[in-house]
Amino acid sequence: MALLDIADITKRFPGVIALDGARLSVEAGEVHALLGENGAGKSTLLKILSGAQPCDSGRLSFAGAELDARDTPVRRQDAGIVTIYQEFNLQPFLTVAENMYLGREPLRLGLIDWARLRRDARAVLDSLGLDLDPDTEVRRLSVAEQQMVEIARAMTLNARLIIMDEPTAALSNREVDILHRIIRTLKDRNVAVIYVTHRLREVKAVCDGYTVLRDGRFVASGRVADIEIDGMVRLMVGRDVEFLKRPSHKAAGEVVLKLEGIGRKRGSNEARGTTLTDIGFEVRSGEIVGLAGLVGAGRTELARIVFGAEGKDSGTIWLDGKALKVTSPCDALAAGIALVPEDRKQQGCFLGHSIRHNLSLPSLRRLSRWGVFVDEGAEKRLVEDYRRKLNIKMANDGVAIGTLSGGNQQKVLLARCMALSPKVLIVDEPTRGIDVGAKADVHQVLFDLAATGVAVIVISSELPEVMAVSDRIVVFREGRVTGVLENNGVDEETLMGLMTSSVAA
Amino acid sequence: MNAISEKRPFDTVGFLRTWGTTLFLLLLVAVFASQNPRFLSLRNATNILTEVSIYGVIAVGMTFVILTAGVDLAVGSLLAFASIAAAWTVQHLAPGVPQWLVALSVASAIGLGAGFLHGKAITLLNVPAFIVTLGGMTVWRGATLILNDGGPIAGFDDGYRWWGTGAIMGVPVPVVIFAVVALIGHVTLRHTRYGRQVYAVGGNAEAARLSGIDVRAVIVSVYAIVGFLAGLSGFLLSARLGSSEAVAGGNYELRVIASVVIGGASLAGGSGSIRGTLIGALLIGVLSNGLVIMHVSSYFQQVVIGLIIVAAVAFDSYTKSHRGKV
Repeated sequence: MALLDIADITKRFPGVIALDGARLSVEAGEVHALLGENGAGKSTLLKILSGAQPCDSGRLSFAGAELDARDTPVRRQDAGIVTIYQEFNLQPFLTVAENMYLGREPLRLGLIDWARLRRDARAVLDSLGLDLDPDTEVRRLSVAEQQMVEIARAMTLNARLIIMDEPTAALSNREVDILHRIIRTLKDRNVAVIYVTHRLREVKAVCDGYTVLRDGRFVASGRVADIEIDGMVRLMVGRDVEFLKRPSHKAAGEVVLKLEGIGRKRGSNEARGTTLTDIGFEVRSGEIVGLAGLVGAGRTELARIVFGAEGKDSGTIWLDGKALKVTSPCDALAAGIALVPEDRKQQGCFLGHSIRHNLSLPSLRRLSRWGVFVDEGAEKRLVEDYRRKLNIKMANDGVAIGTLSGGNQQKVLLARCMALSPKVLIVDEPTRGIDVGAKADVHQVLFDLAATGVAVIVISSELPEVMAVSDRIVVFREGRVTGVLENNGVDEETLMGLMTSSVAA
Repeated sequence: MNAISEKRPFDTVGFLRTWGTTLFLLLLVAVFASQNPRFLSLRNATNILTEVSIYGVIAVGMTFVILTAGVDLAVGSLLAFASIAAAWTVQHLAPGVPQWLVALSVASAIGLGAGFLHGKAITLLNVPAFIVTLGGMTVWRGATLILNDGGPIAGFDDGYRWWGTGAIMGVPVPVVIFAVVALIGHVTLRHTRYGRQVYAVGGNAEAARLSGIDVRAVIVSVYAIVGFLAGLSGFLLSARLGSSEAVAGGNYELRVIASVVIGGASLAGGSGSIRGTLIGALLIGVLSNGLVIMHVSSYFQQVVIGLIIVAAVAFDSYTKSHRGKV
């Protein structure tokens, strides 16, 4: 009998069904890959397993007993299900040993028994073959070492099932090998692992079984030995395209933006995120170029470099045939490059401020008398103009933008950029978390903009979206461009292959 | 088209949010007036307004700072330093030029320069405003004591004293200046591009940067503004007292920050107004004066003012979380 057996899991969010009858079964001592595209429902399923969110309906059994859907994460940990998220749950200023036993420190006369704490931690680390000093502060450890601490901590909780969410996303190849060795040790001790990843080669290397989700539904499961990588890709993709295709339009014009040899090391100029290597492509007037890739492939980083929000180490940005020097978003906006950022709430909106103030902010110079006093009449007309053009639903323009739906917020941010009449518009995940109707509206706006000659770059982690809106598709993998394809007759599997390295670029 | 007027239920929370502090101020005035008729006498009212004006001028600048999610703890010390440096210059240098002109220029310039330095330290060294201005608070107070060995400087002419004790059409000069400063502050925040940028930086610094705003320049500017106004306030205070004292402006930073916060500004930045700050400053002035008139000890006053600050912010966060629910 399986260690974990869940079935008919359904979870609704306002406007979306995240999971629709998902199921998953994992044996004791098995490493099980959970596969699916972005938005397939993997994260939601993990949250339901870890107790971070209850499911609406479904059956969960673990180690022969039914689990209560309303269990808290602590209850699930006590039951033996421990989740290691991409953002670790460690206290940076505490030591390895303290983190491993946080909240469960061995006591002696009501005080922490430090000697025993160290001894116990040492024993657990040794049993996993980990070469870590229990007295090191966690903040001094590398990402890979912190992950080892998480695993060691799971073992102190007597975990019988460890869930790892994209465990290798931030690891080097050598570190991946070490992680896989640790996973095999866990297996030998009859601990099961759910391994969530986009890297299908790793699935072949370390996993025993797999389950594929698509659009919140169960698609298939089986033994990894019985399937090849392209077979997994085929199971993951291949759904109906629900997006409007870009209607026929006139051919693209002159090259507006040209990127040549853009590179940046992780860590230089305080840069975080992916290392970019030798990125180059062109965007023409009136053209929509889609950037496809997995989360963390370096698309957002590239967009931020072109927009001047982050620095680069090498390469040239050409705008209208002239080399462009951007050191701040201010420069980029002045040159005619606008960006609708990835994270609407953190990077886009002033949530407590009115729609009007949100929309007009970068355009105020134009809307001010002598560049100083805001002409509120002109400002209101501008907002009204875009309310009609983009079909923004709002009571009036004085309402805080935070009260709008995600789709309407996104339209306001698009309008903010459009009001600047940019030559190049970059939109990063323009339809993430907004409903279907608003998605179509946003796409229509992009089509209209391209029709007026704007060079548009669309970043999206949803392949069907990239395929629907783009004239050309640039594929990113791990900070490199692995393909530039005209979007006529490209299939999803080819793109997925270029994104996940399962076929040669 | 016939608009159907829909009768909406009265929004109690929204009303209190906007007018609560003002109502409380009026209530206080009524209570004090009923307890002691002298409270509402022209002389006492003038007195309150003049007192309020001295720190109110700084509170206008502090509103800018707090709107950007910053704080300036150095304003009291800076006031003292600017005022004593101005008096020292009047005494030692520049004969033949009107005293007030020398003092006003020196005090404002020192305030502006010091504020600029604070802003640069915050943005270039990446040190929190709280720490930079905490340091500034000690540095400027120390510099004040060094400059005249801790003693006061007195002996200003009538032209100088007029700025603190004179009147324009019956209104004390400091009150007129406060009114002008508040009006400029209000117009700047509400009706200029710069004002929008100040709100934007405090509302969401990253979004402001991505909207093409030079966030650092805005931050430097607000500290320069509050510094300039602290210098101006130091000049007014010395003109009113007839001397520049090394201990002047003690605890002003708290009174000024309290005015802004009671006026409804959020320390997290992005929300607040000069109108609110005005009410906040008046509330503190009325409360201190009224408690004196009612013979409440000055020790007790501190307790009351402290409690009211906490109550005002608690009320603010309560109404925020209950918006539209009542």
